[in-house]
Amino acid sequence: MATAKPETRRRSGNQRALLPYLYLLPAFLIMGVITFYPLIYQFIISFTNFDTTHLLLGLKSPELRFIGFKNYVDILTGALPVENFNFFRVLLFNFWWAISNVVLHVPTGVLIAVLLNTEGLWMKRIYRAIYILPIVVPPLVVATIWRNIFDEQYGAMNQFLALVAGFFTQTDAVVNIRWLNEYKPPIPGFLPGAELTLAYYAMMIANFWLGWPFMSLVATGALQSIPRDLYEAAAIDGATGNQQFWNITVPLLRPAMIPAAVYGFTLTFNLFNFVFFMTGGGPARSTEILVTFAYNLVRNLRWYGVAAAFAVIIFIVALIVFLITNRITRATKTYQEA
Amino acid sequence: MITASSSKNPILRVLNMNTSGQVSGRSLPLWRQLLLQLLCFFILCTVMFPIMYILTMSFSSQTSRPSSLDLFPKEISLVAYKQVLDRPTGNPVTFVELLSNSFKLSIGVGIVALFVAVTAAYAFSRFKFKMREVMMVMVFIPLLMPAVGLATPLYLLLNQFRIAECSDGAASILPLFACSGGERGRLLFNLRDSLLGVGIAMTATALPFAVWNLKGYLDTIPKELEEAAAIDGADANQTFWKIVLPLAVPQLAVTFFIGFIGHWQEFVLTWLFLSQPKDYTLAMTLYNMTGQYATSIPWNRFAAMAVIVAFPVAVMYIALQKHIVGGLTGGSVKG
Repeated sequence: MATAKPETRRRSGNQRALLPYLYLLPAFLIMGVITFYPLIYQFIISFTNFDTTHLLLGLKSPELRFIGFKNYVDILTGALPVENFNFFRVLLFNFWWAISNVVLHVPTGVLIAVLLNTEGLWMKRIYRAIYILPIVVPPLVVATIWRNIFDEQYGAMNQFLALVAGFFTQTDAVVNIRWLNEYKPPIPGFLPGAELTLAYYAMMIANFWLGWPFMSLVATGALQSIPRDLYEAAAIDGATGNQQFWNITVPLLRPAMIPAAVYGFTLTFNLFNFVFFMTGGGPARSTEILVTFAYNLVRNLRWYGVAAAFAVIIFIVALIVFLITNRITRATKTYQEA
Repeated sequence: MITASSSKNPILRVLNMNTSGQVSGRSLPLWRQLLLQLLCFFILCTVMFPIMYILTMSFSSQTSRPSSLDLFPKEISLVAYKQVLDRPTGNPVTFVELLSNSFKLSIGVGIVALFVAVTAAYAFSRFKFKMREVMMVMVFIPLLMPAVGLATPLYLLLNQFRIAECSDGAASILPLFACSGGERGRLLFNLRDSLLGVGIAMTATALPFAVWNLKGYLDTIPKELEEAAAIDGADANQTFWKIVLPLAVPQLAVTFFIGFIGHWQEFVLTWLFLSQPKDYTLAMTLYNMTGQYATSIPWNRFAAMAVIVAFPVAVMYIALQKHIVGGLTGGSVKG
């Protein structure tokens, strides 16, 4: 009996050591086939001249040649025979697109959440219920709707502007702003290296409509978890509403808003459906982001080797973004502990 | 000093208010109430503008493009909806087929990802083992790669699986059995060009997301429950099945629905992989109706389609609103 006991304990110990791997097995088996294998495959063909002629035989194809870093060099130097393509312009625009959106969405979301949290405000619940609507519409549908709103001839935006203009001038004004097709930037030199066309502003308006309610939703949740005694104590000490906002509300919202902002940033950075359905990257690739160009490479040009190299570059960019944002979210953790 | 400056600035004056929303006592002065109501109403108008525009258009019987701005329906006509339901595209595909394709993909991928992910999430959340960090990074890597980034190799991988009928009547199942003499044969099935293939490809990104989302939630389930079960003699498998899994059901549902919302509007992979109209989804059809080659499609029909595509997602989101926001900010982001 005395010998059997450690025996069983050791066996169960071994079992316990194996157990996590057993639990991970299904996921890693599947991911091995549909994720890791394709990733490695992708990496290999990014060094080849893979195109449609090699589709059936793959790497066994006799004419497939290894061309070293040519695909990467072509992408980075803009040597690809694609009109209006400049990798660094797309990259700069992509970052600007994500940052400018988050910078607009987060403060607006917080302010509107604070507005709706005002004590004694009538019809709060109705406003809250309606303000949530943009979140529940899929971005793909949002983009298609706004694409039509910005139509230069029949779109609601130009008709609305004509209505306003007619109201002031008492005439039947006609407004034909080429929102999605005008190439000349309205504010020259705004983003040197990647001039912002009107289509960018149209996209900003549409994505603003789509984006702030989510931030508002997160902020509302965080606002309601702030203990009311803090405000009471501050009020007794003679703090004005303003001081209370900056010294209590803002710092206590930070732990909730920073992860939300990071989430918003990464989401906007790769917002394929929205950009693709709204402008398709046009006009003249001025609103192209990395993922829409990658899609173009595969779908329209069918240069699989180049597309693979481009995907590897996207991966590296995404990795850098991840490392930075991860630092930011960790910063909030130390903030909470402090 | 702050009060003095704020009283001059109208924006700061509006902000100069109690933000707790709970402190009782003095009520809002009427002038401020009206000012805030005006502001709220203005925001309401901007929120409703595109929604009313598309709804009004979808209820219109006019097939011509809108010549003036109508934000309120003058007529409630279901003509456009009827046309979309009868014959959604120029292709021989019925609305029911489109709908069922969309549902098959979204639900199928969601369920498969969920079932495989939950055990992996449990392992990451509860066990300490040698390769833990490495394996977690491995699961995270695909999340860094947008679906478009994995599309090429998945396309090539799935494209290799084909079934063809050879001229001698035998079947060739690539890549295992080829026709004799190297002939191609008549293609019967190409995994890449099928809903199954797209589903497999979609799982590649759905699975890592599900693992991370669930892991974040499982971390919040108190360990004491499992320890108590262990004292009562339950082994690790029993605690997982009888304690952790039942507790995780709400988050399983949330993860499923977040996935569903994403898969419902999946466009990249479907549009890249599928070529036969019978496999089309609702999202693909919406693009067909609004893309650059679709100038001939009446706007009322397109509007009706947009409403139809948005409907299931909207209903789900409203029903699960609180959980989804909590699941997104609590689970996946903090990781």
